Amino acid sequence: MLTFTIRRLLLAIPTLLAISFIIFAILDLSPGDPTSQIPLTVPPEVREHIRTSLGLDEPFIVRYLLWLKQFFINEPLNILEEWTGYTFGDGDRLRISSWATRSPVVDLIVERLPQTLWVVGMSYVVGALIAIPIGVISAYKQYSWFDQVGTFVSMIGFSVPTFFTGLLLIVIFAVNLQWLPSIYDTTLRVTDWSSFVAQIKQMIMPTMVLALYNASQISRFMRASMLDNLNQDYVRTARAKGMKEKTVVLVHVLRNSLIPVVTVIALGVPQVFGGAIITEQIFKVNGLGQLLIIGIQGADIPLVQTLTFIFAVLIVLFNLVADILYGVLDPRIRYD
Amino acid sequence: MIKSRKLMLATAAALALSATGAAAERGADGQLNILYWQAVSVLNPFLSGGTKDVEGSSLVLEPLARYDETGTMVPWLVEDIPTVENGGVSEDLTTITWKIKDGIKWSDGTPFTAEDVAFTAAYCMDESGGCQQAANFSDVASVEAVDPLTVKVTFAVPKPFPYGPFVGAQSPVLQKAQFQDCMGAAAPTCTEANFHPIGTGPFVVQDFKANDVVVFAANPEFRDPEKPAFSTVVFKGGGDAASAARSVLETGEFDYAWNLQVEPEILSQMEAAGRGELVSAFGTSVERFEVNMTDPDPALGDKRSTVEGGPHPFLTDPAVTKALSLAIDREILVEAGYGAAGQVTCNLVPAPEAYASTANDWCKTQDIEAANKLLDDAGWVAGSDGIREKDGVRLSMLYQTSTNSVRQGTQALIKQMWSEIGVETELRNVDASVFFGGDPASPDTFQKLYADVEMFTNNFDGTDPQSYLASWRCSEIPSPKNNWLGGNNPRYCSEEYDALFEELSKTAGIEQRAVIAKQLNDMLVEAGAIIPLIHRGGVSAHANSLGGVVMNEWDSELWNIADWHRVE
Repeated sequence: MLTFTIRRLLLAIPTLLAISFIIFAILDLSPGDPTSQIPLTVPPEVREHIRTSLGLDEPFIVRYLLWLKQFFINEPLNILEEWTGYTFGDGDRLRISSWATRSPVVDLIVERLPQTLWVVGMSYVVGALIAIPIGVISAYKQYSWFDQVGTFVSMIGFSVPTFFTGLLLIVIFAVNLQWLPSIYDTTLRVTDWSSFVAQIKQMIMPTMVLALYNASQISRFMRASMLDNLNQDYVRTARAKGMKEKTVVLVHVLRNSLIPVVTVIALGVPQVFGGAIITEQIFKVNGLGQLLIIGIQGADIPLVQTLTFIFAVLIVLFNLVADILYGVLDPRIRYD
Repeated sequence: MIKSRKLMLATAAALALSATGAAAERGADGQLNILYWQAVSVLNPFLSGGTKDVEGSSLVLEPLARYDETGTMVPWLVEDIPTVENGGVSEDLTTITWKIKDGIKWSDGTPFTAEDVAFTAAYCMDESGGCQQAANFSDVASVEAVDPLTVKVTFAVPKPFPYGPFVGAQSPVLQKAQFQDCMGAAAPTCTEANFHPIGTGPFVVQDFKANDVVVFAANPEFRDPEKPAFSTVVFKGGGDAASAARSVLETGEFDYAWNLQVEPEILSQMEAAGRGELVSAFGTSVERFEVNMTDPDPALGDKRSTVEGGPHPFLTDPAVTKALSLAIDREILVEAGYGAAGQVTCNLVPAPEAYASTANDWCKTQDIEAANKLLDDAGWVAGSDGIREKDGVRLSMLYQTSTNSVRQGTQALIKQMWSEIGVETELRNVDASVFFGGDPASPDTFQKLYADVEMFTNNFDGTDPQSYLASWRCSEIPSPKNNWLGGNNPRYCSEEYDALFEELSKTAGIEQRAVIAKQLNDMLVEAGAIIPLIHRGGVSAHANSLGGVVMNEWDSELWNIADWHRVE
């Protein structure tokens, strides 16, 4: 298992380098320009000057190598310095900086990560907690009214886009009933009971919109996996031995059915970090998804490059985690 | 009965007293919530010229003088506006001397001096800095602090309108002490200063989350001890124009929302909820056609849409462009796409009043008959498919603009109107970031104009159109030779225009300048290089409980935020 993990980690290095090159090339070739959001009253000569000051006049390969150096050497060293308090070298390294805010990209990401983890992460947890019982009951009572309703709801959750459910919830709960805020207050600090309640209130809508989507996806996996196992011979054996139905379903069938579901959940975790671009934009949650879309709109290449690359790293990493988890949960599977 | 009425009067009087009493004290009105659907990226307007960044920083940073809602210059941090008459501007028009008001302090308590003003000029004029407001400092030879309260700007050439530097929200003053280590190439590395600039304005930055939210607190050192009425301002960003309008007009979560470019029917529906109202103001923005005077035929290869490629087969005929203009019902375009944010215009320079020509008012009403007659007389006759042609040239056009639902609606309407005079139109839209991006490698930018006509909005800062009108000189034509830089998209070239412009750049005195500016405007419109459509204004919304808002298109919309207050 250990050699397998090490081999996979080593293999990830060329994969990630290739990914970073492809992302950089795509961003470089794509149309769009960092000066497109400046008013037209700014004359062309000044625009040209701005482009030069952003380093856009350097050739492609120089800019790519500079980014690699900044991402793999300067930024990690900077994090190390902050953690340890030591200064390596002269401590004055060029960090990856956003063209729009002119501040280090990593600082922007660190500032936004908590909101994304709270809102999107919470929706993932809530989604999984709803999905597993629904999947189990739906499969156990296949074709019952519960199963039919569950299927219907998950089809809706799966096929109706979040920009529709989000707006629908805003119209109902914020505009008509005025119960919940439609705009996420990112300056709110939870210090006492009332601010805690305010935090819960503003998280309800974005979390629920995403939870519906996640739950419908996971519950379908759960149901299918349960159905596969319920017809297995070992279930008949267990029943023949006179075990209680509860033990048969919740201990034997559920545990075996969870194996593929856990991998699906693990593979979905990078999405949590990626944020939910549309939902964050609708509710104005200052998460990573919103940061990415602002970066794309403003052609803020260093920001988009760094964010997408971090997502790529997470995806590669969680694929590995899913593989390892699979081996841990199912002793029949061994990679060595 | 009388007693109770007296009691009521007394209570009302007491309430009124307490209300005025509360408004007259700094910070008494609590928190103000502002929503800009584009979030502020950085609070240093010299590093980011985006409107959102300039207006966000205008709560903190102030210029020496600014424009009020009528476009009149008002002294802000100075005693008065220097002119030739009061001796502030030299006779030869090469220097302007500003007298700073005594007693103005930065929010950290240190005095505001001429040194800071001179430093700001040096900061922006540093070649390696990429200052986005450098245009305001064009032709500036030097800026020197004569004494702590006097600053003298010297220009390299006579400047009939010397109010570029330090006037308006685009050209505020930075504190020397804070920014002196941030000159040139070091400018972007000063994140702390760029995110928390020290200013003289009514508010100071308390917390800044880039691309998301800024929290401002009342400036304890502000020159008027009773202002601002609000103790904090939450300046949130993100989302889209429609949801911003909703948050003020329907849910009431915010007090003010900016730039609500939403279809007028949706806005009026939201306004009907009764929580807030829409305000609009007009500056110099005009939605217009820029008409290609050169041939955009793809067969020309590199010479496409260049002067070398030859003149346009039919758009150089003034009869055709005049007919195109006459065929458009501008009232309908305003009604469908702009509502309160638009007015019919026939001028490239629609304001200020003194500069607006009346020579082209024939375009204000649609006249299909006259348009048809013009084309008939010019020899353009309808072919078998109803499209006019002459000598084998068909009146068939490619019409491009940026992607935006109002613009696509306008495109469809105009296509219909032009079909009535036998002109065939093909529509095309390009994503705004590409269209306005100016990437010389992209074929879809508005400078390249690989189309017959293109529609977009442009304007000029402040009230003087000189630098704006400079764009349509022969030397400003974008071409491969100048890497497609230049503002003369129609590729209009006239010696007469260039000569008249030279005259404008030497003429002082508003009246004479206005006469020349009008002539320049008329030349462009008559030649058909520009077909003006709509004079566009800004639309914002404020809650009914917010008082003091004076919408201003000549400066930052938040220019008088120190006077904003709560009303019952």
